[in-house]
Amino acid sequence: MIPRHHALAVYRTMLKIRLFEERVAQLFRDHKLYGPAHLYVGQEAVAAGVCAHLAPTDYVASTHRGHGHLIAKGGRYDRMMAELFARATGYCKGKGGSMHIADMSLNMLGANGIVSAGIPLATGAAFAAKVLKNGRVSVAFFGDGAANEGVFMESMNIAATNRLPVVFVCENNTYSVGIKWRTVANHDDIAARAHGLGLPGVIVDGQDVTAVYREAATALERARSGAGPTLLECKTYRYFGHCGIWGDPRDPAEVAAWKARDPIALFAARLRSEGMASEAELESMAEELRRELDAAVAFAMASPAPRPEEVTSDVYSESTGPRASTTAGTTGITVGNDVVSKYLEE
Amino acid sequence: MPREMNIREAVMDAVKEEMERDPTVVYLGECVEGLFGDRSYEMPIAEAGFTGVGVGAALAGLRPIVEIMFGDFVTFAMDPIVNQAAKIRYMFGGAASVPLVIRCPFGACPGMAAQHCQSLESWFAGIPGLKVVTPATPRDAKGLMLAAIRDDNPVLFCEARHSGIRETITDADGPIPIGKAAIRRVGKDATIVTYGSMLEKSLQAAEQLAAKGIDTEVVDLRTILPLDEEAVLASVAKTGRLVTAAEAYAPCSVASEIAALVMEKGFRSLKAPLRRVHPKFAPVPFASELVHSLLPQVEDIVAAVERPAD
Ligand SMILES: Cc1ncc(C[n+]2csc(CCOP(=O)(O)OP(=O)(O)O)c2C)c(N)n1
Repeated sequence: MIPRHHALAVYRTMLKIRLFEERVAQLFRDHKLYGPAHLYVGQEAVAAGVCAHLAPTDYVASTHRGHGHLIAKGGRYDRMMAELFARATGYCKGKGGSMHIADMSLNMLGANGIVSAGIPLATGAAFAAKVLKNGRVSVAFFGDGAANEGVFMESMNIAATNRLPVVFVCENNTYSVGIKWRTVANHDDIAARAHGLGLPGVIVDGQDVTAVYREAATALERARSGAGPTLLECKTYRYFGHCGIWGDPRDPAEVAAWKARDPIALFAARLRSEGMASEAELESMAEELRRELDAAVAFAMASPAPRPEEVTSDVYSESTGPRASTTAGTTGITVGNDVVSKYLEE
Repeated sequence: MPREMNIREAVMDAVKEEMERDPTVVYLGECVEGLFGDRSYEMPIAEAGFTGVGVGAALAGLRPIVEIMFGDFVTFAMDPIVNQAAKIRYMFGGAASVPLVIRCPFGACPGMAAQHCQSLESWFAGIPGLKVVTPATPRDAKGLMLAAIRDDNPVLFCEARHSGIRETITDADGPIPIGKAAIRRVGKDATIVTYGSMLEKSLQAAEQLAAKGIDTEVVDLRTILPLDEEAVLASVAKTGRLVTAAEAYAPCSVASEIAALVMEKGFRSLKAPLRRVHPKFAPVPFASELVHSLLPQVEDIVAAVERPAD
């Protein structure tokens, strides 16, 4: 079980993700948002259970389904919502959107529109941590679809050979868009792919946050100790269709069976039965998060759109190194601009 | 201490110098173990993977130089270069930078054939977020490598692999600004715009033309992204005649871009149609006779300057 002092924080992260994603779905139904948004509902235990062990200085590389990873890494509702609303106050000043949402001040190296591309990025961050001896670790989140791209094998091999402090977290939700894992692979478990490369491959119940938390602790401890990478395969499921609120070709009975093992409901029951939280306490936590969400939506809607002339800014950095600091929490680059700080102050 | 070097040695010299100056500079590639002591890291034959590792490392505090053994193999690394390194700063609203150098030696020689001889630099010259340098001489190779390492943006470093030029390099040879062309020969009658491996042949052509009374200016672009438009337009304004010479295929190339630039911004300067000197449109062959036939030669450049309307 997750230690008492941590358990409620982990629960809160899961809930924070769930409520955000459900609000995003509602905003799409209300035609308030545009563009793709791949929702993380159903998989919350993975991001929350893994990121519970990370410091702000540790690295995370994410996927097209990235909201959950950013929230678990400490991302803010208001700047996330503003980015989804394509506003100048968003995390990416309206230039990234859902698929590229990032917070470099949290060393969250971005959602990624290219399936699998975050895997070598996380591996590279781990490589930097090892060279700079700063004690940081790195996590690559990716789906079962990404596990069939070449860079998955290449990155695991590089990480294992160089004993890099990285954990590869595969969120196997069975589907890549509509492709079933067994239609494109001749074996069940992605974890097995680690074994031939000389790193541990561990299968985890991705709906049980206590299991994710436990296995992530072991894998991250191994990374921090210098023993090298681990592949965690978390068996999980997404509740929505592949992208946003649109079309879902899956068998409703299959969806229902997975929903019966909802990660948040399971953990809430556990918290109550172990006397760590009452129903009322959990409900008031949800209320507080809902208020934060209301404020975030209001913030986003009141924020300005990016000015047209911003279209050509941020293409190149004007500066030349070496950096002022390679040990700071960020990479020495300050986040935000005048518009952002102005709105955040208000 | 001044030393005579070829391009490869000059690049090595720059990397070593920069490693001494900046502890975050590291070198990743194939067969590089010990090349720069414990600062070079042996990578598996996995260009996509280790170029991506370079991007991630650049985001996390290092200044990596990633070597693609032969530029042709960059095809495996297109995603980390084009979709990651070039895009990340913009996608993140300016909140990140990717100080990465991708070293891609390009160019043809007899015996290496179609997959080890290409000049693919034009592919990258239209990607916002990237810089692309094409040094033709050892001194430029050193100066542009120093500048590329110090630059906070991803820089594709496309050296002319088979250049025979040797130059004396001293410690005083510092960084050369990215985006600045060099006038290699001053002339008043015609302009040759070139870069990389075709610089030598362009200079030889200019000498032959001088003997025939055509005083030819040779502009070496040195960087193809961003282009030094001013240098090109100023030279064409002076001479009124333009020939480009490059080892990349003509369609959708830097040469095409120079042609478009001059049509758009220097049309009134032109006294004759511009000409592009380029390889024939076929893969690079194996036999030396065929390679010679494929690649533009000095006489092709001379002919293009002498007879622009052919
Ligand atoms: C390289 C690449 N190929 C295809 C796509 C289109 N695409 C976007 S998401 C996706 C499915 C990815 O599946 P998976 O990795 O299992 O993640 P999940 O959507 O299940 O979270 C695909 C094919 C893409 N974005 N990038």
